[in-house]
Amino acid sequence: MIKLPIYMDNHATTPLDPRVFEAMRPYFTEVFGNAASRNHSFGWQAEEAVEKARKQIAELIGATAKEIVFTSGATESNNLALKGVAEMYAEKGNHLITAATEHKAILDTCKRLEKEGARVTYLPVQTNGLVDLDQLRAAITDKTILISIMYANNEIGVVQHIREIGKIAKERGVLVHTDGTQAVGKIPVDVTKDNIDLMSISAHKMYGPKGVGALYVRRRNPRVQLTAQMDGGGHERGMRSGTLNVTGIVGLGEACALAKAEMAEESKRLSYLRDKMKDRLLASLDEVYINGTMESRLPNNLNISFAFVEGESLLMGINDIAVSSGSACTSATLEPSYVLKALGAGDDLAHSSIRFGLGRFNTEEEADYVTAKVIEVVKKLRELSPLYEMHKEGIDLTKVQWTAH
Amino acid sequence: MAYSNKVLDHYNNPRNVGSFDKTDPTVGTGMVGAPECGDVMKLQVKVNPATGVIEDAKFKTFGCGSAIASSSLATEWLRGKTVDQALDIKNTDIVNELSLPPVKIHCSVLAEDAIKAAISDYKKKSAAQA
Repeated sequence: MIKLPIYMDNHATTPLDPRVFEAMRPYFTEVFGNAASRNHSFGWQAEEAVEKARKQIAELIGATAKEIVFTSGATESNNLALKGVAEMYAEKGNHLITAATEHKAILDTCKRLEKEGARVTYLPVQTNGLVDLDQLRAAITDKTILISIMYANNEIGVVQHIREIGKIAKERGVLVHTDGTQAVGKIPVDVTKDNIDLMSISAHKMYGPKGVGALYVRRRNPRVQLTAQMDGGGHERGMRSGTLNVTGIVGLGEACALAKAEMAEESKRLSYLRDKMKDRLLASLDEVYINGTMESRLPNNLNISFAFVEGESLLMGINDIAVSSGSACTSATLEPSYVLKALGAGDDLAHSSIRFGLGRFNTEEEADYVTAKVIEVVKKLRELSPLYEMHKEGIDLTKVQWTAH
Repeated sequence: MAYSNKVLDHYNNPRNVGSFDKTDPTVGTGMVGAPECGDVMKLQVKVNPATGVIEDAKFKTFGCGSAIASSSLATEWLRGKTVDQALDIKNTDIVNELSLPPVKIHCSVLAEDAIKAAISDYKKKSAAQA
């Protein structure tokens, strides 16, 4: 028997892998030392655990251990990268480049920097979700200090061409930050091959614990410097003060080690499940649109709009399945997904979108159940939909005079 | 978001789903909302021209569960009322009946608008006939 409810919202967060939990367990009670305590074994043990984790993370992303700065999560890492660079390199320039589909932790940080006098270019994306590299080239000025483009998008799973972006930046002597939250641990990421100078990492998106993350900060070619955004004891080479979350860090390290060992197989399994779901949904329902390119995409992501069906009502019908929607009704702001809008999908399709985020613990049986259930509920809601009725009558909905409210 | 039992009931068992022939002179059709806003309601009444009583009402709604519930409830309330009594249905009545939270009040407003639009369409048609 299938166990309900089914969790398929792994872009929001992932369950802690039991193996990660086992690695963390001793660090809650037995090994409780402060990693900054230099004069007793309690501190040394904690420090040893932290250094092991640092190495595990570095190995996953092709970095060296010294380039890993621990933080409370990717939001903090994004804040530290952008604000830290803006402040440190203020004499060199005040221009940053990012993209319209970035996470709010980037966009809102940029808005803050703008208030403080920085200039920010928000690149649009193409309908496939990718940044146009020519537009990026054109946006760089001699005042540009940082390009921040996410590795993979949290809604549509589209993987940006970071390696190319990094190459362009390098040619112009501009630093590159990437929000690696969704990508690290899911697809191969190599900070050197990919020409990345700074990268944000989150533990809880890769079967690690919440409340811990890291910022990769390049030490060579070039040596990146940051102005600390938190004052205190000067931990993490002065870049991020605060007693280290040793237990969480151990969890992040273990999560990275598991990801490195299992990524190839896991990504094959998840993309098989994802494609099976996609193919069946497309075969069983008309007027279904995939948001974002399938050519450059996370293996576990599927973002689909079911035209003429509103997202929240669809979620209500599949209430034993945890997924999310770009519908305004499901967001706090009452605005439909800005990411889907940036693709030019149109607000109506944004309202009709569902994001499936497959994860390590989803089974094929679950994927099949979810697919069947979604098909059933979409059909039911279309019976209820005046838009579907009009569409079937051959009415062009874009030509209808609506009474907007 | 937690839904009230009444919203869930209307969502799971929507009443009076369907369509009447729009060209029927005894039918009034109201279509309100817009796809890009995430809600479109179509509400129809079938009126007995002799008595002015709404004998049947049907709806189709694109929208969240609360929008579906608001229009489903509206069709229930419309049946048996005269066209003039129908205009007394207020969105606040729907809010109270379905225990809609503040963010969903617009769903009830849309339902009231749909009722008004359907009745006005019927009145226009019957005036044209007379």
